[in-house]
Amino acid sequence: MSTQKPKSFQEIILRLQNYWAAHGCAIMQPYDMEVGAGTFHPATTLRSLGTKAWAAAYVQPSRRPTDGRYGENPNRLQHYYQYQVLIKPSPPNLQDLYLGSLQAIGIDMEMHDIRFVEDDWESPTLGAWGLGWEVWCDGMEVSQFTYFQQVGGHDCHPVSGELTYGLERLAMYVLGVDHVMDMPFNDPDAPIALTYGDVFKQTEEEYARWNFDVANTDVLLRHFQEAEAECEAILAQEHIDPKTGKRIIMAHPAYDQCIKASHMFNLLDARGVISVTERQAYIGRVRALAKKCADAFVQTTAGGYSA
Amino acid sequence: MADLLIELFSEEIPARMQTRAAQDLKKMVTDGLVENGITYAGAAAFATPRRLALTIQGVLDHSPATREERKGPRVDAPEKAIQGFLRGAGLTMDQLDIRDEKKGQVYFAVIEKPGRPAADIVAEVLENAIRNFPWPKSMRWGAGVLRWVRPLHSIICLLTNDTGSTVVPVQIDDIAAGDTTRGHRFMGADAFSVTGFDDYATKLKRAHVILDPQERQDMIWQDATNMAFANGLEVVDDRGLLAEVAGLVEWPVVLMGKIADEFLDLPAEVLQTSMKEHQKFFSVREPKSGKITRFITVANRETADNGATILAGNQKVLSARLADAKFFWENDLRVAQGDGLTAWTDRLSNVTFHNKLGSQKTRIDRIVSLAATLASIVGASAGDATLAAQVAKADLSSEMVYEFPELQGLMGRYYATAAGLPDAVAAACQDHYSPLGPSDDVPSAPVSVTVALADKLDTLAGFWAIDEKPTGSKDPFALRRAALGVIRLILENNVRLSLSDVIAAHLAQSALSETGQDLAADLLAFFHDRLKVFLRDQGIRYDVIEACLSRGDQDDLVLIVERAKALAAVLETDDGINLVQGFKRANNILSQAEEKDGVEYSFGADIKFAEEEVERQLFAALETTTPKIKTALQAQDFAAAMADMAALRGPIDAFFDGVQVNSDNAIVRRNRLNMLHSIRDLVGQVADLNRIEG
Repeated sequence: MSTQKPKSFQEIILRLQNYWAAHGCAIMQPYDMEVGAGTFHPATTLRSLGTKAWAAAYVQPSRRPTDGRYGENPNRLQHYYQYQVLIKPSPPNLQDLYLGSLQAIGIDMEMHDIRFVEDDWESPTLGAWGLGWEVWCDGMEVSQFTYFQQVGGHDCHPVSGELTYGLERLAMYVLGVDHVMDMPFNDPDAPIALTYGDVFKQTEEEYARWNFDVANTDVLLRHFQEAEAECEAILAQEHIDPKTGKRIIMAHPAYDQCIKASHMFNLLDARGVISVTERQAYIGRVRALAKKCADAFVQTTAGGYSA
Repeated sequence: MADLLIELFSEEIPARMQTRAAQDLKKMVTDGLVENGITYAGAAAFATPRRLALTIQGVLDHSPATREERKGPRVDAPEKAIQGFLRGAGLTMDQLDIRDEKKGQVYFAVIEKPGRPAADIVAEVLENAIRNFPWPKSMRWGAGVLRWVRPLHSIICLLTNDTGSTVVPVQIDDIAAGDTTRGHRFMGADAFSVTGFDDYATKLKRAHVILDPQERQDMIWQDATNMAFANGLEVVDDRGLLAEVAGLVEWPVVLMGKIADEFLDLPAEVLQTSMKEHQKFFSVREPKSGKITRFITVANRETADNGATILAGNQKVLSARLADAKFFWENDLRVAQGDGLTAWTDRLSNVTFHNKLGSQKTRIDRIVSLAATLASIVGASAGDATLAAQVAKADLSSEMVYEFPELQGLMGRYYATAAGLPDAVAAACQDHYSPLGPSDDVPSAPVSVTVALADKLDTLAGFWAIDEKPTGSKDPFALRRAALGVIRLILENNVRLSLSDVIAAHLAQSALSETGQDLAADLLAFFHDRLKVFLRDQGIRYDVIEACLSRGDQDDLVLIVERAKALAAVLETDDGINLVQGFKRANNILSQAEEKDGVEYSFGADIKFAEEEVERQLFAALETTTPKIKTALQAQDFAAAMADMAALRGPIDAFFDGVQVNSDNAIVRRNRLNMLHSIRDLVGQVADLNRIEG
């Protein structure tokens, strides 16, 4: 394993990709939709369901509109990256594999204090929960480590092990940077050296303004309702496609609409138009969609169905 | 005799569960052994983040053999009876003895159970313990079905005696018990085998694991206090944090760091909360000023640079946290000193308290109006009390409380002071939440008491009005706690008020309900229930409280409690106990007569119809005692009233011994019943003695 310190944000990502590839994960690409966390990627949410074995790792750009700070806060962003690993069934040496990944990005186990501190994970919007830890490195949370117990209201059998790394925070620590915008994005010795700020400072400002003050809430609300209706309409279709005569349950297209509804809710939340009591109702509506998608997925081949 | 060693080695067990889990393991295994006839001399259980361990000394090698004889049916008994006997004994026909008894030949079953080796029993008991372990939350992992708090990796189950040690064959799904374990995750990762508990503890220590949580706590505390002392400082005592931190490390290494100068002006509580909640740091302060200037963190390993890298990392995380806290504090002070706390209160009109009870601002308005009513009853300045009620919740809008909800109230006090409000008002901002628990301090400053009562009574009245009462174990709005708070505020401050009137008036005035009287009566019954629980915890019997709650003023908790205490005291005496018996006898005779005759004997008795001496004596006693009791009751001196009543015990006993109430003479009978009625009335002014048990 490379013990050489990485020099840039992207090098840390590349090392994680290489590490998990070497340990048998399918290196997937980010999902092409707006999501709040890597868990929303169907490679995690849907593939953690059913009986089929699975191993995937990927970077997922994630959006949390309420966390926008116009790029001024040293570590709060409305758009950031998560690194996500999901292995089903969870292997017995998952903790060791995880520690190996830290070593791979230049955290020397001999010099740092790594701790597994109880932190049970729950996603009310996905109807999912699991037990695990937040992993501390010298008192800083660097990852979330979870054994999924339930997703979309279904008991997970076998259980998936999920690792989520908050890439910016982890990289800032490894690279010794105090403000995210100062972090080298590519090699600082490259002919055109770019910092995180060069890449994202402007977009943080633009999105913060749009998220907080400009986004048309009527449109967002309509999109939410449309996504909800479309999701249900998709799942209401017959399993047998009348055109091809094949059994095609459209779990993924339906789940896309669930993701969309979830993101619309996040945007509405950032615009401050959702009251405390309404909040729970919206979360409940997204969860209802997630559950229906999960119900559909476990009836598909990828979800372990066999005729 | 042998010694048993068990270790359950897993991924990191949540710190808060470790102590309990070690106790549960010990209890489940030792109980299981004893139930199966295996006694032992002593046992001790331990927990670290990655293991539960149990050592049991002096374990019997075999459970004792048992022999049991059972007498069965006669040989010529019906087939069904014989079959039933066989089933019960678990034997077959040819295993039965036939013996000659007086009544004929009878079947006998002799059930002999040989002793079993300890190892067999240990294996069964351990498997049962693992499969039924009472974790607060457990999980599955991989493709298995076993549940444990986190994935279970290995098991040691070892019996050791003079001749050596033997692994007890236990197989839990794919884990077979053995004699090996691992040390510290980073400082002693290789597997090693052990021969018994002493060997286990020694080798663990060599592999950088301190098995005993108490030893880890002691090490941490000693190192921390020494380190602080060497710098002329002291560690802020926090046993809960110490236990938690000891549950996060197997090899504690204490490190002390400085808090950057720019954060030293933050309130001590803010520093302490931020460091404790987020980082699990101990606070270190200057003994004289109480100023927190350093922190102590406990790492789980030694490093070549003596923890310098670890400390630097922790310091960096802390600085980021405290930068947030400082930002909030300064923003908040700017608001408090500039716009004043009402700016925050106004903003609370946008925050929902409960969708059926309006915004936090609406709630505050209700509390203000109730505080105005209560101020004169409690004896607080009405101006201060209403002002305090207006601003007591203001800090809920502050940035600091948004970040650290547990600092609500305390921040209110700081900000009220910063806004130049009177001390009594600032104190009420903090103290009006009290008491929170049954052992919490109860405020005594009149303004604080007023706002605390107004806050809790409004909450209770509000949730009663929208029919959100606690049911069974569900009490999402902590209404039982609020009611107990009201009870303690009233009793400890001797607040004399008519509870249901105040509640009914508040419900009407705040337009919470149109059926205020009924709701107030229902809420009063809830207070009575909580009062029963509260008094029972104070050692006052349930029936005594019941007796007092069913007679006299129901609305003034102070009086109810005084009556209950007086009654409880008199029940400690012979006179008191006998008075209850006499009263019950009188009441029984009277009730039966009333039922039979369909009349109420409430005309008063006349001495001229008294026939017997004992009857006349009871008359005389009643005549002298009644006015005394009345006077005592008027003065609310229940102890004196009860003592006077107890003094009636002699004449009442003599009366029952000497006369037959149900005399053949109708006039005499009616007179005697009338007399019993006046006794019932007299005593009933304090309590319904019928409810006293025994």
